Amino acid sequence: MISLDSLRTRFTDFFQRERLRAEMEEELRSHIAHRADDLERSGLDRAVAERRARIEFGGREKYKEQIHDTLGSNFLTTVLQDLRFALRVLRKSPGFTLAAVLTLAMAIGANAVVFSVMNAFVLRPLNVPDAASLYALQHGNEHSGYESYADYMDLRDRNHSFASLIAYNVVRLGLDAGDEPTSVFGLEASGNYFDSLELHPYLGHFFHASDEQGPNSAPFIVLSYDFWHTHFHDDRGVVGRVVRLNKHPFTILGVAPRDFNGTLLFFNPEIFIPIVNHPQWGGEDLNTREAHWVFELMGHLKPGVTPAQTVSDLNSIGAQLEKAYPKDERKMTFLLVRPNLYGDYLGQPVKAFMAGLMLLAGLILLAACANLGSLFAARAADRSREVALRLALGSRRRRILRALFTEAMLISLAGGGAGVCGSVVLLRAMSAWRPFPRWPIHIGVNPDVTVYAVALLLAVVSGLLFGAVPVRQVLDTNPYQVVKAGSNARMGRRITLRDVLLVVQIAICAVLVTASMVAVRGLARSLHANFGFDVQNVLLAETDLGMADYAQDRVPAMQKRMIEGLQAIPGVESVGLADSLPLAARGESPDAHWQKL
Amino acid sequence: MTDQAQLLPGTLDLLVLRAVSLGPLHGYGILLRIGQISGQALLIEQGALYPGLFRLVRQGLLKSTWGTSENNRRAKFYELTAEGRRRLQEETDSWNRLAGAIAAALSPQPEEL
Repeated sequence: MISLDSLRTRFTDFFQRERLRAEMEEELRSHIAHRADDLERSGLDRAVAERRARIEFGGREKYKEQIHDTLGSNFLTTVLQDLRFALRVLRKSPGFTLAAVLTLAMAIGANAVVFSVMNAFVLRPLNVPDAASLYALQHGNEHSGYESYADYMDLRDRNHSFASLIAYNVVRLGLDAGDEPTSVFGLEASGNYFDSLELHPYLGHFFHASDEQGPNSAPFIVLSYDFWHTHFHDDRGVVGRVVRLNKHPFTILGVAPRDFNGTLLFFNPEIFIPIVNHPQWGGEDLNTREAHWVFELMGHLKPGVTPAQTVSDLNSIGAQLEKAYPKDERKMTFLLVRPNLYGDYLGQPVKAFMAGLMLLAGLILLAACANLGSLFAARAADRSREVALRLALGSRRRRILRALFTEAMLISLAGGGAGVCGSVVLLRAMSAWRPFPRWPIHIGVNPDVTVYAVALLLAVVSGLLFGAVPVRQVLDTNPYQVVKAGSNARMGRRITLRDVLLVVQIAICAVLVTASMVAVRGLARSLHANFGFDVQNVLLAETDLGMADYAQDRVPAMQKRMIEGLQAIPGVESVGLADSLPLAARGESPDAHWQKL
Repeated sequence: MTDQAQLLPGTLDLLVLRAVSLGPLHGYGILLRIGQISGQALLIEQGALYPGLFRLVRQGLLKSTWGTSENNRRAKFYELTAEGRRRLQEETDSWNRLAGAIAAALSPQPEEL
């Protein structure tokens, strides 16, 4: 890595060199003037004398180059020279430049978008301190982590591996802050949740393990920052206020940190409530072992404890529980997984999908590089006369190659820059998008430093890739032959790198076009699929009686009244009621009403 | 021109040091001085002087200052540093040894007579 200090000396060096170069020019001029003075004194005309003096001096450019060599070449000077030259050359062929930059912008932009999404989905850890040692539990025999609360208590208290094991569950509640009750998504969290995640409240305080004194003992709410911002308008006085959750009074304790959105990626809960109050909204009893309703258990491993040790620790507890409660327990074996995407349940398909997408995006970039490679090769062939002339004038091949690479780099960096700008716009829109309005799903895919670094790397690598195509051409150039035969001199036709590139390009494009056609057709088909029932003129009304604290026997009566009420609306043909919608995941929609108009 | 000798590689530096040892000179002046002290016997392309001058300055054997020449033009004057003076002495000695040895080797040997 270049240190700041060495960078500074390089810069001072650079400016000294600029001064030296000016001095050198002046010195050589002074020499020729002195010689001309002498010649003039010997009787020559001033103009003739000056001409003679210049001729006698010899190859000025050659000596200047030699002087530069004795001074040692300065990296910055040469790069600047190359840059200036490359800019001039590129400006001369704006069509070529534009086409090349646009090609790359699209290819690198596509890669930046896909990588950014992959980065957010797969690579970036949860936004909590020390996320690297955070593991979630997953069943050994299936990709899920559901447990009963009683099992959680046993696992928490008997294990020797976790610093502290936390549990959470997702619940939908009606929150009444005095005006309109709103439906909110809450994260029911064990008392040790915030403390073991080492989070500090933005405002007020959190609930703690000591607040848990049996079922319904902790009527506290912690608001997420976003919910506090949108629903309480950043009112710092909310701490201590009592609001109603499904009609039960709860005290607002505080506000969670600004960038903390729960422990499940993309699912941003609006409030956090103690899990011991689960029965209060008609939920399962805390002591039962048959209902596996707790969504996920997770925790930091103790220092020095390996995941393998933890798994065997958990499995032995599982075996004990199986033996103690043979009636209620299924097979209890465990795996440790990354919590981001609910372990392998979502993690595996998402990773596979993202890997596929990344592969396609990589192919796009490769096709673009092949394309630009042949463009560059063609250009180098067109410029063979120029190259030959420069070689004949004493330029070194290395210098010419450097100039070509500088052009390639300039194009790839410009393309990369444009691509990243485009992708940022797209990603911002994606991050603001709420794909399922009923769910607090946020796809936070805003690009971060990693994304910019990867885009830069891609730009540089592709610049090197397509810049390398004409290297052989330049190395093989024989200045004498080319200059003698003129620019039309071509070698005999044989299979060149350009032909190979063309084939590669066509092959990659065929793959990409086929893949996208298949995807688009699949999408179109599933949009117009025949579900076996008529969805024309059907309206959906969603209610959650739990929000108004309806439970047990009072529910059917209320549902009957609602059906009757809907039927009474003019134009309604028929009304139905369902727990879950056809094609919707089980349990996703409480009490849905169908009405046919 | 034909009676002028090509310079041996490396000898230009020595000549420059020698020329400057007699007093500060600018580039063109150094050429004139070399011509004068060598009796115009050496062929030096004028521009070839400069890479050597820059090299000697960089090695710390010469130092340069801008001044005004006898023609009333701005010019860069070179003079020896202490290091340069020492180097000139060394190089002169070693040149003399070398020249002597070569001259001895090339002179007619007794057995040839």
